[in-house]
Amino acid sequence: MSKTLARLFAGKTGPVLFVIAAIIAIWYVAAILMNTPWQRDVFARAGTDYSTSMLIAATLAQERPVLPAPHQVAVEIWKTTALKKITSKRSLVFHSWVTLSSTLLGFLIGTALGIALAVAIVHSRTLDRSLMPWIITSQTIPILAIAPMIIVVLNAIGISGLLPKAFISTYLSFFPVTVGMVKGLRSPDPMNLDLLRTYSASRAQIFWKLRWPSSVPFLFASMKVAVAISLVGAIVGELPTGAVAGLGARLLAGSYYGQTIQIWSALIAAAIIAASLVTLVGIANTIVLKRMGGQPS
Amino acid sequence: MLETPTGGDEALTAVTGAADNQVIAIDNLSLTFQTADGPVHALSDIDLTIGKGEFVSLIGPSGCGKTTLLRVIADLEQPTTGTLLVDGVSPHRARLARAYGYVFQAPALYPWRTIARNVALPLEIMGLSRAERTERVARNLDLVNLAGFERKFPWQLSGGMQQRASIARALAVEPDLLLMDEPFGALDEIVRDHLNEQLLQLWAKTNKTVVFVTHSIPEAVFLSTRIVVMSPRPGRVYDVIDCDLPATRTLDTRETPEFLAIAHRVREGLRAGHSYDD
Repeated sequence: MSKTLARLFAGKTGPVLFVIAAIIAIWYVAAILMNTPWQRDVFARAGTDYSTSMLIAATLAQERPVLPAPHQVAVEIWKTTALKKITSKRSLVFHSWVTLSSTLLGFLIGTALGIALAVAIVHSRTLDRSLMPWIITSQTIPILAIAPMIIVVLNAIGISGLLPKAFISTYLSFFPVTVGMVKGLRSPDPMNLDLLRTYSASRAQIFWKLRWPSSVPFLFASMKVAVAISLVGAIVGELPTGAVAGLGARLLAGSYYGQTIQIWSALIAAAIIAASLVTLVGIANTIVLKRMGGQPS
Repeated sequence: MLETPTGGDEALTAVTGAADNQVIAIDNLSLTFQTADGPVHALSDIDLTIGKGEFVSLIGPSGCGKTTLLRVIADLEQPTTGTLLVDGVSPHRARLARAYGYVFQAPALYPWRTIARNVALPLEIMGLSRAERTERVARNLDLVNLAGFERKFPWQLSGGMQQRASIARALAVEPDLLLMDEPFGALDEIVRDHLNEQLLQLWAKTNKTVVFVTHSIPEAVFLSTRIVVMSPRPGRVYDVIDCDLPATRTLDTRETPEFLAIAHRVREGLRAGHSYDD
């Protein structure tokens, strides 16, 4: 037994499990503390005598708790994923897919736009001077302020549905890609550039044979940030539209009706999706760098 | 020595006509870098002619402009004044014609390319056919004793092997002129001796003109037919020493009195050129 434990903690699994256990424990304590005042009121109004254990049990079983207990969220997630058809409006899988699809579309457009801007900036001194301040300014505007305007403006010109939400993801996700790729495309050292100069290589050849391959690690690093931020964009994009579907809509509906358990299960779903997306980008990174002859670390 | 071209096409033709045997002709060349701390005279009044098939070493302390001179020949730096002809034309035209192969201080292999594809890099840029590329890669890897390492990535090779791969890459262009900038400077003594022998054999086999930058006296004497001693601030040629050791040299040659005499003269030159420095 102690041997098994020792093995667990030698690797990654042990510490990870320990942290998760700690978070859950803190969560339970917080839930009990935060739900107690209201529970006392309930008992007082009903005139019931209660013991401490009754109080604790009751704080973990409220219908609209201030902070739902982990098992309540788990049950809600189970009910809305495994026990509902995925076509159902109450299925968390359905809502997750709605958000995920605009996340992915926005992320793809954002990455493409980010790369295109970086290529332009690296190859033109004028664009470097003129474009970069605007790109940085664009990110200083709170996304919550600009999201409704994007939705409304696009609606006015007849674009609705998936695209407006995806554009908000794009608005957020192109930025890390541009910044990362500008650095990446400029990362070749002078000797490598001189080498191509001795071959009288053209600008296009310098790009494809040196700058682009050199920037690949930078691309993946910025894509990890971009994909997570795309999900945030998609959720924010669902808030002002009064969207009927998507994790954002679930959050909004949950807060209208005080359905804290629903809010938390939507948040957990969003967290799981974000973690999965970042992991997927990481796996793609590993595969690509391995094919590029990467030195195993 | 070359007549000073006074400008115009006639002068150029005259030079080309006279330069059958001259691969590099440098006349009164200076280069001044403008820096924030004022001008730096990297090269001052350089006159040097290098003939076909010569192995010329540029030796001097750091800051003497030996690398800068090599970069000027390669059209990687522009001289401030003076003239320089490579193969009878300007360095720019020589570069466009891919008249030289350049070996840098570091191997500068691209880590995402295998050894074979690294050697093929200039050939891809030149637009050669796949068959031609494969043939040239195989032949030049063989020349530097790296046959069998085609599919390895650079990190899988030792430092000496990486530098040999970079020499194969320079040779693959099939230039008549090889410019080498301290190619073995980062390697240990034993590997360096070994590569010096190999380079000498390669030079004998291929009959190329080599300009070789180094700060090692034994290396310069061992390899060269002529040694150009440079001194710093401003970078200039202090002495040109003929190195007429027998054509076939082995590491034992370095113990001979002739070798030591030349090494001594190089050392004296370096010391004299350096004396006011500190």
